Amino acid sequence: MGRTIHREDNMAKSNFTRRGLLRTGALGGAALATPTLFTSRVWAEAHTGFTNAPQGDTVTLGFNVPQSGPYADEGADELRAFELAVEHLNGEGDGGMLQTFSSKALDGTGIMGKRVEFVTGDTQTKSDAARASARSMIEKDGAIMVSGGSSSGVAVAVQALCQEAGVIFMAGLTHANDTTGKDKKANGFRHFFNSYMSGAALAPILAAQYGADRKAYHLTADYNWGYTTEEAITSSTEALGWETVNTVKTPLTQTDFSSYIAPVLQSEADVLVLNHYGGNMVNSLTNAVQFGLRSREANGKQFEIVVPLYSELMARGAGENIAGILGSQNWDWKLENQLGARYSGTNAFVQSFGNKYGFPPSQAAHTCYVQTLLYADAVTRAGSFNPCAVDEALSGFEFDGMGNGPTLYRADDHQCFKDVVVVRGKENPENEFDLVEIVEVTPVDQVTYEPDHPQFAGGSLGSCNPGA
Amino acid sequence: MDAIILQILNGLDKGSAYALIALGLTLIFGTLGVVNFAHGALFMLGAFCAVTFSRLLSLGFVPEDAGDTSVGGFSFGALQQETPYVVHWFGEGTGNAIIDWAVPLSILFAIPVMVAIGVTMERGLIKHFYKRPHADQILVTFGLAIVLQEIIKYFYGANPIPTPAPSAFVGSFDFGVLLGFDPGSIVYPYWRLTYFFFAAILIAAVFAFLQFTTFGMVVRAGMADRETVGMLGIDIDRRFTIMFGIAAAVAGLAGVMYGPINSPNYHMGMDFLVLSFVVVVVGGMGSLPGAVLAGFLLGIIEAFASMTEVLNVLPGINQIIIYLVAIIVLLTRPRGLMGRKGVMED
Repeated sequence: MGRTIHREDNMAKSNFTRRGLLRTGALGGAALATPTLFTSRVWAEAHTGFTNAPQGDTVTLGFNVPQSGPYADEGADELRAFELAVEHLNGEGDGGMLQTFSSKALDGTGIMGKRVEFVTGDTQTKSDAARASARSMIEKDGAIMVSGGSSSGVAVAVQALCQEAGVIFMAGLTHANDTTGKDKKANGFRHFFNSYMSGAALAPILAAQYGADRKAYHLTADYNWGYTTEEAITSSTEALGWETVNTVKTPLTQTDFSSYIAPVLQSEADVLVLNHYGGNMVNSLTNAVQFGLRSREANGKQFEIVVPLYSELMARGAGENIAGILGSQNWDWKLENQLGARYSGTNAFVQSFGNKYGFPPSQAAHTCYVQTLLYADAVTRAGSFNPCAVDEALSGFEFDGMGNGPTLYRADDHQCFKDVVVVRGKENPENEFDLVEIVEVTPVDQVTYEPDHPQFAGGSLGSCNPGA
Repeated sequence: MDAIILQILNGLDKGSAYALIALGLTLIFGTLGVVNFAHGALFMLGAFCAVTFSRLLSLGFVPEDAGDTSVGGFSFGALQQETPYVVHWFGEGTGNAIIDWAVPLSILFAIPVMVAIGVTMERGLIKHFYKRPHADQILVTFGLAIVLQEIIKYFYGANPIPTPAPSAFVGSFDFGVLLGFDPGSIVYPYWRLTYFFFAAILIAAVFAFLQFTTFGMVVRAGMADRETVGMLGIDIDRRFTIMFGIAAAVAGLAGVMYGPINSPNYHMGMDFLVLSFVVVVVGGMGSLPGAVLAGFLLGIIEAFASMTEVLNVLPGINQIIIYLVAIIVLLTRPRGLMGRKGVMED
């Protein structure tokens, strides 16, 4: 996948440049100094100093989510959350998290008095399609910020595009370390947690629940997110005494994992780690349970399965197979009711979302809702839509009341640092929306790492690009 | 040794699905001469028959005297505990047992539905393409597959939907003990074994139907020489339409029973389609035994190629092995393993 993105990067750059060069010729070569989008809109608004500066009494946000392909349901949930956020920003509905957010800059009159409007794009969970739809929203619709997405490949690709175009990218669901690691960009911000944090949050709980003397077998989705997750989990668990007996890459298109599960039975492993997401996770977990791994004994211990990144939608796909299986989440809709006021904002959001749509929101919906509010708040505090002003307002911003407890948007890499939720599949779920129980919340200190940590090495944030 | 036995079992079970889909494809090609790219979609529709039937059985209501029905502290819309109607009507024990057996029971639901879908598809669309080139048939049936896929996605979403096997089939059979190996070294899930036997029975039934009934005899005669059979005053077209319905039902039943192996999603047909065509080509276009033989053969080869030992020597071989075998077979036997002369050769 990494290779694909590079190719697309080059393609996209060449497209921009080709278009840009035509205009450059007409306008006397002035554009050579600014490697950015050279469209008529951008030129027309160049005097405002940044791309897509809102002109009238409205401001347009671009929500780029998978509306087709395997993650379409997750995309639909993200879109619901975005619509709700826009409603709340414009002073409609019950206000949701605006009531609990520690910053009180937002007052329900849009963003800086401008009514919020939005356009949507379909990422199809493909980097090229996601870039094309983001580009269309920026060039044609005048989106000042792009948000959403359900894959790290897409996040990295769209983030790079937003950096070139000079708009802010508020990432949706993206869990690979690279988004705020080697591929980080000054115009990009991630609220969602990452593979390292999953490993750091899970490892102590795995050791406490299953013991420090364990032999783990990893099945890993053969793409960038799979690699970073495998690396994060192996290094965290090995540090606590676990041994990694084998790591096997599985093709992203694989649907039946039986031939990969069978060798696990022959190995000396007593834990199976499934570094899979989406349909891969549903199928590999279902197959593993079918082969009796959950009821198996190995090395005199109960065999265990671990799914590092849980998602409510995937849990629904796997059904009763997730019973008893540990994993991590960015957020869960039951947090405040079960763990108290530290996670305030959760109930306000769940109630608001539930009243509107009839069911609780997923963590993908939560992160998208929060990102939209955080962006609006940063603009308001900065007093400007200029991406560089937003960058300054968000970098190092500490906030609370958004459902995750006290949170820091770290200036070094634009990654949010907050508690991580460790969950386990319920043995007897009462409802298809209530499939996991919260086991523990790993405090933020335990999942914080240095900005130059090896798993995040390479790349640099660079400086913010206001475009235009 | 135990690893080899396990992979043979894996291959048989994967091969069952290939063989069932390829059998339907070959039936349609053999009778109507149509290359049906919508056949994978029929497999998917079958799986969704099981999903629909399970949902119908699980339909419920919130009893008035239920007291607190909230979940996790909230009680809006979907967050309420419902009592299924079947439990309400038949009591706790029987009601829950019916829901538990939803997948096998949905066979009864799927057969008429799939035959109806097959006949409608043939009469409504495909019959207009009999005299058109194969390329046209492929285009129209591939388009139809995408349309069917999107319809399912519209109603059921893109997420996989769990359709569990009855609880009696949960768990796995320990071949290790049976064959004198260590306990737990060769275990195989009950439902996958059931799938294999189900596929074997279904394949046998299709062959018996064609071999031992008058209807089957006429169809076989029609496959060999359509014009002569027509001149004998037999309405061969009507019989072929029924065969299309039967082929659709075979693919549908393969899909129904596949649900507990991998949760159905709208795309599952496409995942099988290309491989099934390879199976048909390797088996020999128009040859029913060839399709079945190639299905199992390629299933087993694919399972072996996914073994860690093999992957260590030849990384990535699991991705290409089937196509590699197809190339070798077609180079050495251009008509496939059991293909006959004159089929798809102008």
